[in-house]
Amino acid sequence: MRRGSGDVGAAADAVVRRSYGKLVAFLASRTGDVAAAEDALSDAFAAALADWPANGVPANPEGWLAVVARRKIIDSGRRRRHVDEAAAPLRLIAEELEAVNIAADIPDERLRLMFACAHPAIDPVIRAPLILQTILGFDAAAIGSAFLVAPATMGQRLVRAKTKIREAGIPFRVPEASELGERLDAVLSAIYAVFAEGWSDPAGAETRQRSLAEEGIWLGRLVVSLLPGEPEALGLLALMLHAEARREARRNADGDYVPLADQDPARWDASLIDEAEGILLRASAMGVVGRYQLEAAIQSAHVSQRLTGRTEWGAIERLYDALLTITGSPVVAVNHAVAIGESSGAEAGLAALDAIANDTRLAAYQPYWAARAELLARSGDAAAAALAYQQAIGLESDPAVRRFLQQRRAALRVN
Amino acid sequence: MQYMLLIYGGEAAMQGRSKQEIDQVVGAFMAYTEAMKSAGVLVGSNRLRPTSTATTVRVADGKTQVLNGPYAETREQLGGYYLIEAPDLDAALSWASRCPGAAYGTIEVRPIWQM
Repeated sequence: MRRGSGDVGAAADAVVRRSYGKLVAFLASRTGDVAAAEDALSDAFAAALADWPANGVPANPEGWLAVVARRKIIDSGRRRRHVDEAAAPLRLIAEELEAVNIAADIPDERLRLMFACAHPAIDPVIRAPLILQTILGFDAAAIGSAFLVAPATMGQRLVRAKTKIREAGIPFRVPEASELGERLDAVLSAIYAVFAEGWSDPAGAETRQRSLAEEGIWLGRLVVSLLPGEPEALGLLALMLHAEARREARRNADGDYVPLADQDPARWDASLIDEAEGILLRASAMGVVGRYQLEAAIQSAHVSQRLTGRTEWGAIERLYDALLTITGSPVVAVNHAVAIGESSGAEAGLAALDAIANDTRLAAYQPYWAARAELLARSGDAAAAALAYQQAIGLESDPAVRRFLQQRRAALRVN
Repeated sequence: MQYMLLIYGGEAAMQGRSKQEIDQVVGAFMAYTEAMKSAGVLVGSNRLRPTSTATTVRVADGKTQVLNGPYAETREQLGGYYLIEAPDLDAALSWASRCPGAAYGTIEVRPIWQM
């Protein structure tokens, strides 16, 4: 089946979205060279843009691209010195491509590629960017702006990481059961980092960031489909779906920030919540609790007011307590204190915040100051609350949240 | 691929050990070496004499300098190496983790630059 040239742009986009990571994984896992696979693919996409408008979109665009990319890899291998070294894997690719030619699918080895990107020999801060680039085809500039790193710097870090994969011989393999847990955790945290970058733009004004949240969910679904028996992979997907379900409700019609407690449950996406709940149930049936399942369970407790009309703060507090034991994260400690403030009163919440106040990482963490301000205001100390709000306002980058905090601060004077 | 496993450890601590402890460590290394041989991964291996026996050579401005002592004074010293053949980094890391030296020092794993 061939389509007219008018659809070529859309068809090419669709192939990129669906096939990019698959093709990188297929080529790179045989040569060990991610950068060469990406270069060859980008040449192949350029060839497609030249060829498809004239000759129509081929019946199997993925296979077409794989064949062209393979030829590019062989060509560049000939130009390099170590032709012999590259020859064996390339022959393998050629034979496989003939076997799968045209009709059949390219095998899906994206999970192997993700494990290579999140290998312990790779610097943790570059793992999420590396997955974004190799699986989804994001360029260094887009990744750099999402992670607040200069594009040139991000580009250098990505190149260095790919060189390490090639030269150190990092394998493209799903680890064996004995080490799968720890290694999977690195993959999941990289995916969560992708999602969180997108989630940090609640208005969805920045379409690139908005799409990062969707890409994070897409990667989460991919891992779940390839490793259906891993409860933490399910937990992460449930967590992301829960968060995504409330995206729209975080802004009112005027574009103002609406905190969770004031959100209209009718504006939550019920189908996403139902899906998240089902996935979390599947995970908990496996009987191994973990960080992402706990976080998803907290989300689940938050949205239970959709049915009961009241938030289960006691349950949320206990879940945060368990999460804090696992992670020891100051961010979790702040949320734990907020939950204590709700379940046991503002004084108890403030005491919990005081207990972590010496952590220097919190000094520039907006939610810590906002939580402190809120609890101080409720305990009747308007002057101290105003100071804490001031600190939170100064640390916030989102204009809608900043406006919200300014309103809360102004309301203190009225009371 | 070939990887070099570089074994770093504190010489002073090693020299302070009893005869019995040293025999135990040497025995562990012999067993490790045998295991590598029978798995067919061992390419080469040597134990180095301590850094007190080291001499360094450097040519600067056409003049050869010979200095007594190791390249750098470090807390842990290079005490030996294994050169192994392994399919990938994970396999090399797995061998490194079994090295008796990993229990009291550090094993640095470096891929060999194939010429």
